[in-house]
Parts: sequence; structure tokens; C-alpha cells
Amino acid sequence: MGAYVLRRLWQMIPTLAGVMLLIFVLFNWVGGDPSLVLAGKITNKEQIENIKKQLGVDQPAYVQLGYFAFEVATGFTCTWKSFTDKPEPPKTDPKADPTTDAKSDAVKATAQTKSGCQAVRSWATNEEVPKILTTRIVPTLTIMIPVLILETILGVILAIGVAYVRGSLTDRMIMMVCTVAMSVSFLVYIIVAQYIFGFQLGWFPVQGWSDSFWKNITYYAPLPIMLAVFVGLAPALRLYRSFFLDEINNDYVRTARAKGVSEKTVMMKHVLRNAMIPILTNIGIALPGIFVGSFLLETFFSIPGLGREILVAVNRSDFPVIKAATVYLAMVTMIINLLVDVLYKAVDPRVTFK
Amino acid sequence: MSAVLNASHTPPPPAAPLHQVSPGLWQLAWRRLKRDKVGIVSLVVVIFFLLMMVGSYTGLVAKNWSKEVGVSYANPSFMAGAENLEAVRTKADANAPKIEPVDLSDIDPLAPRYAEWAERTAKIKTTEVKRAESLAFGGDKWGRDVLQKAIKGAETSIFVGLFAALFATIIGTTLGAISGYMGGKVGDLLEWFYNIFTSIPYILLILAFAAVFASSPQLAAYKGVPMVVAILAFTGWTGIYRLVRSEYIKHASREYVKAAQAIGASDSRRMFVHILPNVSHVCLVQLSQHVVQFIKAEVILSYLGLGVPVDSVSWGTMLAEAQSELVIGKWWQLAAAGISMAILVTAFSMLTDSLRDALDPKIK
Repeated sequence: MGAYVLRRLWQMIPTLAGVMLLIFVLFNWVGGDPSLVLAGKITNKEQIENIKKQLGVDQPAYVQLGYFAFEVATGFTCTWKSFTDKPEPPKTDPKADPTTDAKSDAVKATAQTKSGCQAVRSWATNEEVPKILTTRIVPTLTIMIPVLILETILGVILAIGVAYVRGSLTDRMIMMVCTVAMSVSFLVYIIVAQYIFGFQLGWFPVQGWSDSFWKNITYYAPLPIMLAVFVGLAPALRLYRSFFLDEINNDYVRTARAKGVSEKTVMMKHVLRNAMIPILTNIGIALPGIFVGSFLLETFFSIPGLGREILVAVNRSDFPVIKAATVYLAMVTMIINLLVDVLYKAVDPRVTFK
Repeated sequence: MSAVLNASHTPPPPAAPLHQVSPGLWQLAWRRLKRDKVGIVSLVVVIFFLLMMVGSYTGLVAKNWSKEVGVSYANPSFMAGAENLEAVRTKADANAPKIEPVDLSDIDPLAPRYAEWAERTAKIKTTEVKRAESLAFGGDKWGRDVLQKAIKGAETSIFVGLFAALFATIIGTTLGAISGYMGGKVGDLLEWFYNIFTSIPYILLILAFAAVFASSPQLAAYKGVPMVVAILAFTGWTGIYRLVRSEYIKHASREYVKAAQAIGASDSRRMFVHILPNVSHVCLVQLSQHVVQFIKAEVILSYLGLGVPVDSVSWGTMLAEAQSELVIGKWWQLAAAGISMAILVTAFSMLTDSLRDALDPKIK
């Protein structure tokens, strides 16, 4: 198992390098000259040259790629320029007391690395990118973790119920309703629910967010969470039902019935346990998504989450934020995929690591 | 033998063919689809929408969607009598007694040109449009017919969905065919490419492409519909690639492909002339599935302002307007866009299911 994990981690390196390459190519070439994007309407040649120098776009492509790799490696807390640029030499007399030189040099060096390292900043707000990512992730997870848990539990319970009455009118009606519900745009659900529950009935705040976690989860978050669960339920129900039906036709189910196990026990013990494997795969696929969050919900309900931040960044062409978010979320995705694969072993003893 | 010889003397019955032609995959699929009532109904609905799209593209229907034919927020005709405060207000504004402008001619340096202007103004004919109090399915803020807008919006949304799905299928199928058939180094390279695209969360990938494409000076000319199609196609090919690749791996070692090789068919001929028709049903189902997915995505992108430009209309831009209209009780634009989209998407997903059943008899 250790070897398996190590090999998987090793395999991540080329993929991650590819992600960085893709982002680099997209944002530095396809997206146009970054300095022009940043400069916006500035037409002053000198200023543009300055910005170019600052961003390092006057360097050859491979050097720029190196800068980017360095930023990724330091978690966007340090730009290569700030790391290597010597600050202005202190205005001391070069012929000062030679005995203190070594000591003062050491002091200077530490001071340099401390003050020299500057985090990558947002082009739009000048906020530090790592800080943006770490602060915005909290509201996103406040919404998305309850959504994932509720959706899974409700989905499994309802799906097992529907699978129990498979083929009946109830089953067919529910599947019909699911298909129709899935075809209505998420936008329509949000607009209507916000209007009815927020404006008309006033059961929930129309939008907003606070600093207190408790207030958020009890006051601001319930409506977005319920909406996301409601919308996610129809596809989940359909999918999970098909997983249950796949299991129900297996021989072991017939054997269990033949030896006189009640239908309820068959469903709850035999079928449920086996159907959990594809269900967990599905959750594993959905898991990385909770870090991006639902940018639509965050936009509509003014939740200062990562999804909305990325959307704002897209509208402002704020490339550093999008680049950082993309690289890190790709990393998170890869690590979660590895974790899910390892966890399989716990759920399904038949799984062997190759 | 003698029976055959004898038979050759008697003329064959005119209707019976000499050898039985066995129906092909598509013929069989069509037969199965015809038996599927839900499938046929959804097919009819989808064809209706497609015809509507062609009609609105060629200007047969919804030609005047951008004309302001009604009063502001004109009521739908089935509730024509309802109160419409917004229209009353705009009308009141228009009818308000005009305040006589202050005479500045003694100090205005442009005063000598007053006569010239008056002459020019007289030349321009302003036609006062008779604005309808109620429209078939209501009007929007500027008094445009919501029904026509919904039809025009359908054109944009379906067009984007169809073409994005078509391009994504072409990209996915080509790469999947190469990767699955060739394997080896080329296959590894394409797998690497696939891994890169799938390790970035899908929404984020779309937004990153949208951000880059929108700010690119070279692509500025393609803003709007072509750009949305490109964004969706470049980000949405991965699922198709995966499926087509596994199909090609399966088919590459089959006898018929070996036989084709034996008679000297080239690699590309084997890939696209021999194998492709045998996996084309997978591509078709995927195409249909992606149309639905991309129509939904286009609506959201346009809502967010990353999709079609403001001067054209799609279901997404209609929903964006509808959000503020709902607060003042004007629900029809939301209903028009939401319902027409729901009908199309339901029909398309059901058609996809029926197609899958019809094309793959092994399922079930």
C-alpha cells in the first residue's frame, strides 16, 4: 500500500506540471500580453515597460515559466523577483568599520529574505493571493459540506425506497418528476426560491453573510444549502436508484431471498452494502467540487466564497487569482482522488492495489 | 442441385429478392426507436425546436423580436386587464407637459444655427408606434414581445448547444480514436493531456477559459456565440474521449480490423473507415447528451455575462433580466425562458435515453 501511494504521488508530478503548463500557455499567450491586461487603458509606453519588467514578461518564455513554477512551489507567497532582487543597498560608507562587516551582512541577509519575499497580489484589489484563497474557502465549505452530507443521506434513503417499489407507478412517477426537475435550470430554481422564501414569505434572509460561523450556519446558510440539496437530489436519486437496481438482479440477492431472509433485510444489508461502492465512487467524483463551491449560489446570496471570488476575478481579468485557484484546486482534486482510491480498500476488501 | 437448376428455369416471383438483405444497425435502431412511444414524442418535440431554430435563423419567425411593440411590461393577453403600474408611469412621463426651454438665444454662441437645426429636425420623420397594451405572452421592460424573445433565445441557446457538442464530439472522438488505436507513446501523451484537463474542476476550467478568451486581443473578433462554442468544446471533450478510447482499444484487436490490415488498409483507414462506423452509436449518444449539458451551461454563462453579447438574446440573458422583474411581479419572462428550456431539455434527455436503448440492444 505504501508503494502504491508513493507511485500515485510520483505519477501526479507530470500531471501537475501539465496543469501548470496549460495555465501558463492560456494566461500568458492566449490571454494576450499580461502587461496590457494589467495596464488596462494606460497608453504610456514607459509605464507599460515598467509593468512588463515587474511581471517579468520581458523575459523569454522558459524563464517566465520558471517564475510561475517558483510561485506555485512557495504557495504564491513569494515572487521570484522579490526573492532575488536585492533591496536598495543601505547608504553606509563602504569604508566603515571592517570588524562589524560579517555580522551586519548576516543581519542584512536575514532582513532581506524577510522583507524581500513578497506574495503574489491580485491585480484588481492588490490583496495577497494566498490570503484571498484561504479566507474565501471557509464560507464555501460552510455551504458545501452540509450540502454534500445531506444530499448523500437523503439520496440514499430515497433511492433505496424507490428501488424497493421498482416498476410500480410510484417509481415511474418519481423518475418522471426527477427528469423534469433536472431539466429546469438551476438559475430558475434560485431566482424563484429567493423570491418566494426571501422576498415574499420572509422566512430566510434574501442574502448576506457575517463573521460568526454560528450565525452563518443558522441564519444565512439554510436557504442556499436547501436549494443546492433540492436541486442535487433529482440526479442523485436517479443515479443511486440505478446502482441499487444493478445489485438487486445479482445472484446473491436471489440466494438471500431463497434462504428466507426478509425483503427488508435483503435491501438494507445485502443490497445497500454492495451499492455503497459505486455510490462512494460518485461521492469521490463530487468531492473536489465542494472546494469550488456553487458560484451561482454564492453570487445570488452574496456569500464571500471561493466560487464568487473566481467569478469576480474572471470578470475583472484578475489573472493571478484565477491561476492560483486553478493550480491549487487541481492539486486538491488529485489528492482527493488518491484518498478515495485508498479508502476503497476499507469499503471493498476485494480491491487490491496494483 | 437439380432443384436449383429447375428453379432457374421458372421465373422468380417478382417481389422476392434473390438474397435476404439483413437490416443494418441504424435500421434496427430506427425500428426499435419507432416502438418507443416516449422516444418518438421527444423526437417530435426536439425536431419542432430545431425547426423553430431554423425558422428564427432565416427570419421566418420572431423576426421582430427586438422591436418595441408593446407598452413597458405589457401584460400577457390572458390577463390583459391586470394593473400595469410601470406602463402607466412611462406613459405619464411621456405625456407630461413639456416645459418651455429657457430662451438662451441672446447668449448662446450657437444661436445663428437654430434655424438650420429646426429645418433638419423637420426632415426627420418620427413615427409614433402604436404600442399594444397586452402581448401574447407579455412584454419586457422595453415592451418587446417575450414570446418572440424566447424563440430567438432558443435559437441562440440551441445553436450553441448543438455546435459546442458537435465540436466536443469531434475533438473527443479524434483524440480517443488515436489514443485507443495507437496506444504506446502517443496514447500516453494523450492520456497525460486528458489527465490535465480532468484534474481541474470542470467549472473552474470553463471560467479560466472564459477569462482568457475574453481578454485575448486576437480573439476579440470572435466574441459572443463563437467564443462560447469554443469554450464549451475545448473544456467538454474529456468524457467522450474516455469512452471512445475504450471502444477503440476493444475494436483494435478484433478480426475484422485484422482482416482489413491483411488486405492492406492503412492505419487511418482502419481507424476512421472500419472502426468508426462501429463505434458511431457511442458518439451519437454522447453528442445528444452533451447538447443538453451545453445548453444548460450556455444559459448559465450568458446569465453571468460571459456568454452571448448584450445585443443578442439567449435564455440566459432573459433569465438575467427576469430576476429583477420578478421582484416587481412580472413573472412572464422567467416563465417563458424557464419553461421553453425545460421542455427542450426534458425532451432531449428522454430522446438520449431512447437512443441509447435503441442503439445498444445489449442494455436491459
